[in-house]
Amino acid sequence: MKEKLLDAKDVSVAFKIAGEYQTALHKVNLSINRGEVLALVGESGSGKSTFAMSVMGLHNPEQTQVTGSIKLNDNELIGLTERQFDKYRGVSVGMIFQDPLSSLNPLMKIGDQIAEAITVHDKQSKEVKNRVQQLLLDVGIVDAKRVSQQYPHELSGGMRQRVMIAIALANEPDLIIADEPTTALDATIQAQILDLIKEIQLKKNAGILLITHDLGVVAEMADSVNVMYAGQIVEQASVEELFNNPKHPYTRSLLRADPSDVNPGEDLYAIPGTVPALNDMDHSKDLFLQRVPWLNDEVVNAPVSEELQKVNAQHYVRGNVWKTFEFEEPVNNEEQV
Amino acid sequence: MWQTVLRRVLLMIPQLILVSILVFMLAQLMPGDPFYGNLNPNSDLATIERMRHAAGLDLPWYEQYIKWVGNVLHGDLGTSYVVNKGWAVTRIIGQRIWPTLSMGIIAAILTYFLAITQALLAARNENKLIDRALMVWNTMTSAVPSIVFYFIMMVLFVYIIPIFPISGTGIDDSQNFTTNFFGNLSYAFLPALTIALFSTNSIFQYLRSNLLDQQAQDYVRTARAKGVQIKDVFRKHILRNAFLPIASGIGYSITGVLGGAIFAETIFGYPGLGALFVQALSGRDYTVITALMLLQGFLALMGGLLSDIISAWVDPRIRVK
Repeated sequence: MKEKLLDAKDVSVAFKIAGEYQTALHKVNLSINRGEVLALVGESGSGKSTFAMSVMGLHNPEQTQVTGSIKLNDNELIGLTERQFDKYRGVSVGMIFQDPLSSLNPLMKIGDQIAEAITVHDKQSKEVKNRVQQLLLDVGIVDAKRVSQQYPHELSGGMRQRVMIAIALANEPDLIIADEPTTALDATIQAQILDLIKEIQLKKNAGILLITHDLGVVAEMADSVNVMYAGQIVEQASVEELFNNPKHPYTRSLLRADPSDVNPGEDLYAIPGTVPALNDMDHSKDLFLQRVPWLNDEVVNAPVSEELQKVNAQHYVRGNVWKTFEFEEPVNNEEQV
Repeated sequence: MWQTVLRRVLLMIPQLILVSILVFMLAQLMPGDPFYGNLNPNSDLATIERMRHAAGLDLPWYEQYIKWVGNVLHGDLGTSYVVNKGWAVTRIIGQRIWPTLSMGIIAAILTYFLAITQALLAARNENKLIDRALMVWNTMTSAVPSIVFYFIMMVLFVYIIPIFPISGTGIDDSQNFTTNFFGNLSYAFLPALTIALFSTNSIFQYLRSNLLDQQAQDYVRTARAKGVQIKDVFRKHILRNAFLPIASGIGYSITGVLGGAIFAETIFGYPGLGALFVQALSGRDYTVITALMLLQGFLALMGGLLSDIISAWVDPRIRVK
């Protein structure tokens, strides 16, 4: 029996912009089991990080409205006070960010920054020093003693991201949120960091919410995938199912636009247009269809049920367009057949 | 690190020599000399010439300069012609430096204390009433010409809250500043407060915008994600980062303490180095003028050096290996 770790129901987030609340995240439902890696994919502005920030409670409370329910180990997070959130951040959930250089305080020694993650929740904690050294060893930094005395600018990008992971792991959280953890790193280091995250996840049996727009990372790391567009989940599937049998036009467009699948000399597919602005989102429609020029208005503007449609037990899709959707020109792969 | 400091100190020697030549020349270029105008109306030109000759002032400036440098190297900055006639310049400065120092230190502490607390208060309450009020207040104090501001302060402290003496110090020439230390400090308080109130503005504005800037940085989010309370994030992370650009000016603030404040001292009749400089200038008291300007030059150079040391101390990224 899988143990449900994170359970998000109907999570909506609205930001106050020029005095009015604009919906950035619309009724997101997802759950993560212990030991599972769930990937959240989508282009910039699709609401991936907005969701992560809701789980962390890091939205500015004066300018943000978060509704719905987020339960971690059956404890409701929405509606917690700042002080209650402070006690849960870093303990039950740790977070790894995109750019490890800017995410570390430039004026603080590495050791102190990791130690802070421990002492902030456990003021009496003895042996903080030893725990810091052990954490550094855990994330593959052999020279722990020296590194803990160094400043962020003295480390390489990969080392910094290892330090960030050590901070996220400091209190052995049940859930780790990794927000684009490899985007700022070069390719060889990316692979090392992904291996490290995978290794830690197996060792600690933690759940991971992996936010990325890199489909290669998804294929390598994730157990299941949620594809987001304009603040909504448009497709939910296990990783094999999603790559082998993508249904939603957005998922299919994303996969088609993946440069690693294109042969040299062929044109790379690009999705026309951009994500609509926050004040221009009608979440009762399938918003992606606006960016498919060959569909007629009737299809584009058709109302869509809030419930995702079931394809099979591991596969859910938003709307019904996937049943009939075709690319206008034959996909390159089909051409070759 | 210490090698760099030593190199910088050695580099200061030629810079100081250059400053001393300039200062000496500029003083001599001023029209008049210490004797015209300070004798009784019946003295004839021959008497004045005799006095100029006796003081060596009829020699070309470079000969005077060489003689002066020789004396300076022996610790003799000459004697005053006008301000305290016959006193060694070192003695005058030695006496005047204590009021200036005490006022400067109080002013500097008040300035930074006021600026930091106001900036924190404003940044923590961005765009709220208190933030706006502080912005208006600081814009006002910096927009009002400092002289007008001094007079407003004087009126305020004479008629409305007369808790501090408003003018002078408690000492005369025969007394030492330390004999009545706290009594003398009370005289320093009003000019110091006035200086602090209107010099707070630039640090306040700078620090406030830095704080807001730093607040949005990624490392703040990291600290929040660790579970650090927002007030501790301010104290442990944001404040120090926001303070970096200001740290580079602190060296000048520290040495500036010794420089004296010309307006404040003159208006409050406070006998520090600033007031001494004005007196010496109007009396063409060459020896005092050159000594004070040389001191200023030295302080400016030291300020730069101190600022660099402080910056390196707070920011590990600019430390020299």
